[in-house]
Parts: sequence; structure tokens; C-alpha cells
Amino acid sequence: MKKTLKQRLAILSDAAKYDASCASSGTSKRDSLKGGLGSTEGSGICHAYAPDGRCISLLKILMTNFCIYDCAYCINRSSSNVERARFTPEEVVWLTLEFYRRNYIEGLFLSSGIIRNSDYTMEQMVRITRDLRVKHGFNGYIHLKTIPEASTKLIEEAGLFADRLSINIELPTDAGFEKFAPQKHPKNIRRSMGELKNAIDDASELTLQTRRKKHFVPAGQSTQMIIGADTASDATILGTSAGLYDRYRLRRVYYSAFSPIPDSSKSLPLIKPPLMREHRLYQADWLYRFYGFEIGEITAGRVDGMLDLQLDPKLSWALENRARFPVDVNKAEREMLLRVPGFGTKTVDAILVARAHKRLGLDDLGRLRVSLKKVKPFVTAASWSPARLIDRVDLRGMFAPPPQQMELL
Amino acid sequence: MHISRSLTVPQAFLDLAQAMICHSDPARFALAYRILWRLQGERHLLDIPTDPDVARARKMEKSVRRDYHKMTAFVRFKEVPQDGPRRAFVAWFEPDHHIVARTAPFFQRRFTDMDWVIATPMGRSAWDGEALRCDDAPADKPDLSDDTDELWRTYFVNIFNPARLKVKMMQTEMPKKYWKNLPEAEMIPGLINGAEQRVREMADRLASDTAPRFNTRLHAKTQAKTHAKIHESVQSRS
Ligand code: SF4
Repeated sequence: MKKTLKQRLAILSDAAKYDASCASSGTSKRDSLKGGLGSTEGSGICHAYAPDGRCISLLKILMTNFCIYDCAYCINRSSSNVERARFTPEEVVWLTLEFYRRNYIEGLFLSSGIIRNSDYTMEQMVRITRDLRVKHGFNGYIHLKTIPEASTKLIEEAGLFADRLSINIELPTDAGFEKFAPQKHPKNIRRSMGELKNAIDDASELTLQTRRKKHFVPAGQSTQMIIGADTASDATILGTSAGLYDRYRLRRVYYSAFSPIPDSSKSLPLIKPPLMREHRLYQADWLYRFYGFEIGEITAGRVDGMLDLQLDPKLSWALENRARFPVDVNKAEREMLLRVPGFGTKTVDAILVARAHKRLGLDDLGRLRVSLKKVKPFVTAASWSPARLIDRVDLRGMFAPPPQQMELL
Repeated sequence: MHISRSLTVPQAFLDLAQAMICHSDPARFALAYRILWRLQGERHLLDIPTDPDVARARKMEKSVRRDYHKMTAFVRFKEVPQDGPRRAFVAWFEPDHHIVARTAPFFQRRFTDMDWVIATPMGRSAWDGEALRCDDAPADKPDLSDDTDELWRTYFVNIFNPARLKVKMMQTEMPKKYWKNLPEAEMIPGLINGAEQRVREMADRLASDTAPRFNTRLHAKTQAKTHAKIHESVQSRS
């Protein structure tokens, strides 16, 4: 018997949940005052939160979970006995528009298993985005996961309609590819990223006639790596990320703690998803992108190349580099303020403005909603000097959580 | 109260005051007025985020911003029957602050091609394709239902990953006070309670030894292909 739309929605959203990204921000500003449906406002909106704490911003579904590939970590791999289903392009369009009208979502995040071949699959996905944009005047957000090995022409067409394109590398090393995704070619994935970067660069140049930028993937490209399926260390993973940010100017690298999947392959560890490790990687990634840290600095003090699970990477760096503290909040440069554990970029900006008008003390920092307990050992301020605190041997003990018994599955 | 005609205020104050007056705290006017007064002597007052008055005002502003944001996120439209070419939707929402008029342009920009009404205990906003209307008379909660909510619940249930349960995180971002007006929220307790069991089942059910039929066929196909290729190359060499 043919499955109902509801049954297929269940299968094809279940299959999509291993993609960490649900972001809908950083695209061009649009509205529908001149026609159509939908808007984008710069920062995306999380319309709901699932009990896993993750933001639900987009209708994140697969077009189909049939797949001719057999990637070990994937719930859709051809050798898995998971239930299969497929949407028609019209159904995806209908679901997107009806969900959007009820204000459940910001838009669509569409990906797919590979059916027949890469180009056939990609063509169907492009058709969905084209219909949404052209036929239905949809101005909401669209993220399309491109199919590995799809032709450049199709990807460029997709870029005309999508806000963001992504291609997941999933495995941090080429050796991991060989072991877990033998049908995929990391070289080709990198080539696709490179081509997309060039196309985005070209489009961002003003055209002569209109003096406007061409609308082409305004929210850029992103990717995802699975954490904990293979043996790659945090240093390796972060090194790969840094390379991707620099070479292909990716907007985001997502980290997805490998999570047990139904009917999982025997070549994979059966573990609780390493959520804390994932969290630390995000923090380190953040330090690299917004706080002026080099990857090498973040992982330098770690013998096994793994981030400290108990302390966040900034605090852990500060404890290893005590000689550089305390930092004077009334005099230090922005770069050094950013390295103080407990100061975010916004706090640092507020400090820089405020200190032009008065000498700042701890009470001032408190009013900027800084955790004084955290910053006190690392700063000097008006009538505050932690000289002795920073030398304490038990400084780490002040921050590290009490030891916990390891949780096993 | 007498204010001299030469009173000037920075744009930053206007933005701040506009947010502050939406706040539900009755003290908001007195605070806004005091800041306005102090600005006459201390022109850079707003640049000092550590000033107690400014810090309090910013806190109010932040709270209004958050409420605005949550309203744009958690309003749920339900379709109602209507004659004519435009579709019509109604929503019920309970904001903390007086933000109905402040959020109305957002919904207008986004849902331009449909008629809608958002009713709240603090007033209503409505759009009919021509005029955006807002008032602040408390509205009654309408009795609404929409079949598409069932599909949305299906999505919500299935996009959740039971192996990553983080209830506290969900609740900071989607506090319980919103749940009663969110069609998906009724599924949450069941998802939380069933999560552990689901993960355990996944662990118990190891990978099956038999692959699905189409996988076997796929393998046969690729093998045939490589066979044919080898065959070809052998033949061409001979
Ligand atoms: S190609 Fe994609 S969908 Fe198919 S098995 Fe690999 S990861 Fe899964």
C-alpha cells in the first residue's frame, strides 16, 4: 500500500535529523511587499526547539532516503533496512509553503539520497527550488545540500535559487573516506567547494549594466563533519576546518556528534553521541573565527590532540598561558581583551566604549553581565588586582566541574 | 512639566525609548524621562553601558527585543475559511510586553499575500492586503483548529534525536509559558519520556545480517559492470 503523506514525512524527516545545520541567517534581506510570500530578515528565527535542545528553523527533509551509495555512518545507506520513502517535487513544494504560511518555519533545507545517479537527483532538487521561487514567488530561506559528483551546471543553477548550498565532507581525513564512504571521493568534494567559491566570487562583482550584485547563494556555503565515528583527533578535525575556512571561505563548518542510528553498520562504534566533545569543537571553532586564535594555539597544550572536556578551550588556553595575565581592562588592546575567559565579543566592545569615559571597576563589569567569578583571576581593574590568584596551583580546580562517573550506554 | 524648546536627543535615545515604552514595567516612563533629563547635561550618557540607569534601560530594551523575537517565532497561524482569492489566517499569542504594534510590520512584510489577524490579551494586529491595523484592546482567545498542525507535529516528533536529549536547553529557548499556544508542544512530554527506551532499543538491535533487496541488486549490477569492463578490456587486447 502506498504510504500517506504523513507517513512519508515521518520517514523523510527522521532521515534528515543527522544534519546539524538548521541555520537561516546571514542571507540577503527580502520581503514580499511587492508580491509573493515570505521574507528574510538577516538573522534567522528558531520557530521551535526539539527536546534535544536544537533549533528548528527550517523544514529539514530528504527528497528521498533511497540511496545507491553505502556510506557506513549513514542511516540511508543502501545496505540499511530502514523504511524507504520518496516525495514528489510537488509535495515538497506544498509542504514548504503550507508550513511557512502557518509560521512554523523560515524555509526549506532539502537534501536527498542519491537515486539513479547524481545528476538525476540534483535535477529534481533544483526543480523544487525553481518552482518555489519562480512559480510560487517564495521569498523565504532555502538551503540545498548538493549531491556529490553532480555537474557544475546544475550546481550553478541551484545557486540562483538557494540561499545556501552545502556539501558535507562528513569525514575529517581521506583515510576515513576510504574506510567509511568508499564510493565518495574527497578530491571531488573539495573540487566542488572550490568551484562554488569561485562562482560566488564572480557573482559578488557588480555587473556593469545593473550595478547590482547577482543573486547567487547569498548565505554562502557550509559543510558538516561527523565527530567520533573515526579516530581523528580534535587537532586533526580543527585543522581540516581551518583549511576549509581559508581555502573555500565556508561560512560554517558544523560538527555532528556521531549518534547511534537504527540498524547501524557493524564497522561503527556503538556509543552515546560525544555531545560535550562536539560542544568543545564548536567553541574552538568560534575562537578561531571570531577571537583571533590560531588552531595551533588552541590545541598546543594538549598532548593527545584532544580538547579538554572539562574546561572550555579559552579557559584552558588561559590556564596554560598564565604569564599573559592579568589583563588590564582599562588599558589592554582589543586582541588581548578577547582572550580573557568570560569576555565575549560584545562585552569587549562595550568595555572599549565605556572605558573612554571612566575607569572601570569590577562593579562596572558586573553591570555588563560578566561572570565576575570567572574573570576575576584574569583581569586588573580599578581597585582590583588578582596578583596572587593567578599563581594559585588549584586555579584549575576553581573552574573544573566535580568529577562525574562516566556514563555508558 | 516644562521642557525647553531647544531639547535635543541623540537618535540612540529615540531607539532605546521606543523599545522601553513597550515594556510592561510601570517604572519605564520615569526611567526614560530621567535618562532624557540626564542626557541634557551628560551628552555621552548612553555610551556608558555601565551606568546604573543605562544598564537598567538596556535590560528593559533587551527584554522587549526578546519578546519581539519570540513572538515572530512562536505565533502560529491557523487557516480560516474565506470567500475570494486571498486566504485567511488567525493566530492567538500571549506576549509579555506591549509589542503587538511593534511586530505587526514584520508579519506584513512576510505574509503579504494573505489576510491575517493576530489576537492577544494586549491588542490585535490585522492585515488585509491594503491596510495594517493595530489596537490595544484586549482580545478574547479564539477557538481555532487547523489540520496542517498534525503534519507539523509529525515533523517535530521525527526531527527530534532521542540520543541527544537536552531538555534544559530546549526550555531556556522555548519556556513553558509558550507551550499552551504551540501545537507541537503537546508532544514534548512523550518524547522526553520515551527517549531513553528508544536509544536502548537502537543499541539492542544490532545491524541486521541481511541487506535489503535493492542493495543486493545494486551490488550485482556494479559487479556485472566491472565484469563487463574487464571483459571488454580483455577482448580489445586480444
Ligand atoms: S550518499 Fe549521502 S545519503 Fe547516500 S549513503 Fe552516503 S551519506 Fe547517506
